[in-house]
Amino acid sequence: MTAVLSVRALSKTYGKTPALEAVDLEVAPGELVGLLGPNGAGKSTLVKIACGLVRATGGEVSVAGAPAGSRSARALTGYLAELFRFPGWARSEEVLALHQRLARSDGGQAEREALLARVGLAGEGGRKVETMSKGMQQRLGIAQALIGDPQLVLLDEPTSALDPGGRRTVRDLLVGLQNEGIGVLLNSHLLSEIELVCDRVVIIDGGRVVTEGRPEDLTAPGGVEIETSDGIRRLPDARREDVPRIVRELVASGTEVYGVRVVSGTLEDAYLAAVVGRDG
Amino acid sequence: MNDALTVAGHALREAVRRKVLLVVALLTTGFLALYALAAFEAFNSLEGFGPSGIVPIDERALAGGTLLGLAMFVALFLGVVLAVFLTLGAVRGDAERGLLQPLVVRPVGRTTLLIGRLLAASAVCVPYVVGVFLIAVLITHAAGDFTPSSLVVPAGGLALGVVTVVAASLLGSSLLGTTANGIAIFMIFATGLSGGLMGQIGDELEVNGLSTASSVISWLVPFEALYQNGLHALTADIGGVTGVIVELGPFGGAESVGGGIWPWAIAWSVAVLALAAVAFGRRDL
Repeated sequence: MTAVLSVRALSKTYGKTPALEAVDLEVAPGELVGLLGPNGAGKSTLVKIACGLVRATGGEVSVAGAPAGSRSARALTGYLAELFRFPGWARSEEVLALHQRLARSDGGQAEREALLARVGLAGEGGRKVETMSKGMQQRLGIAQALIGDPQLVLLDEPTSALDPGGRRTVRDLLVGLQNEGIGVLLNSHLLSEIELVCDRVVIIDGGRVVTEGRPEDLTAPGGVEIETSDGIRRLPDARREDVPRIVRELVASGTEVYGVRVVSGTLEDAYLAAVVGRDG
Repeated sequence: MNDALTVAGHALREAVRRKVLLVVALLTTGFLALYALAAFEAFNSLEGFGPSGIVPIDERALAGGTLLGLAMFVALFLGVVLAVFLTLGAVRGDAERGLLQPLVVRPVGRTTLLIGRLLAASAVCVPYVVGVFLIAVLITHAAGDFTPSSLVVPAGGLALGVVTVVAASLLGSSLLGTTANGIAIFMIFATGLSGGLMGQIGDELEVNGLSTASSVISWLVPFEALYQNGLHALTADIGGVTGVIVELGPFGGAESVGGGIWPWAIAWSVAVLALAAVAFGRRDL
């Protein structure tokens, strides 16, 4: 199956400063890939190259087989920029209608209403952008990115201005996109969001991919905690399979066991190990 | 072309919704009211004058030509202000504010976006300068029964002149930030007008260097050549001493620059827009 986003040996240099070096990455249809990395790691540059806003210095990027930035690639791509703004004078309905015309979407009113409902803005079509909260504008931005049934959606910090309710709405929406077979590249600093929804995580630092994999593969086991009559015992090297043996031995030695918890590492641990550990 | 019209329609809606056109209409009404007052007062004051003694001067033509020269200058100036403010942040300014990126990622060429902005700004500025000029002509006719030698050349010159400024401003917006672009375009405008006045001085003092420099400047910035041409056409059939005095008017050098200015100004605008498209196409957003 053709990847909806294929990045091969991508490099980008601003003047003499390298922003990306030999980056390889793929997003399959229906796959949700999280892009992580510290500020200045090159995440936004990668996303901007994929949607044609920035020109690559070297390497190849394609969207469903079409060169990134080409008209056909852009027709298949939905994009929400990290820093974007819609004209304050425009109504949300007008913003979507403009993008429908430019995206050559014939979805009309039905598509606009469905998209607004999908991002939790049902009934807000007549509202001017300048009267919307930052979170509402961000949700309108996501609705705009979904116009015209894109095959690839690039979201650069889509939940940065959202409250917990708004984040839940976006998470549900991302799962919906997965189910529809749409590939999503999600650039976010919110590790918990990424951990909750992403099939795969790519961590970038200094313009290079430093690690990638499924969230459960990246998170290292954190040992076992056992609540006993002597207090809580922590066995950092123990694994889930060791639990029955450990409990048997404790009971045999006359220790009361009240509870056992298998501790797993978080994506944050994995991220810090990949980024901070590398920097250190 | 549909995409360019879509972008143009969006930019025009912005001009309407942001009340740009309303403010311009109100202030222009103020200018035209003052112009009408000046025109009626000027022609009324001529009624007591008889034929001049030694040098025969047609006071009515002198007053009418001078007033319409003023109207042309103000129409061009206000048209340039409008053109610059509608386009000065079209590329870098809008990109810095995050307005441009959502549009650029659509399957629309960057050149198409520029053409859309050119069409939108021209659709505001061209009717504006032509309208202000023609209303001034009507006022002048009502006040003093004066009709200019030509309507088409001055009106057409104003119209094409502001289109050249729109193109220059779009190029500037691809290369410079908003404030720097605004300053640059107004300085170019001032340079053009100074060039015209310089040529006038050169002609009268018979300093060929000044006249040549003025010609070069006016063709380099064609709005100036179009303006000079239009100013000349206003009073082209006024002869004698009156004609000489009118041509020496205070609003720049009235001079016939020849029919070649029309295709030159169009080609210049296309070339400048093409440069803007190249600069925009190479810009990382």
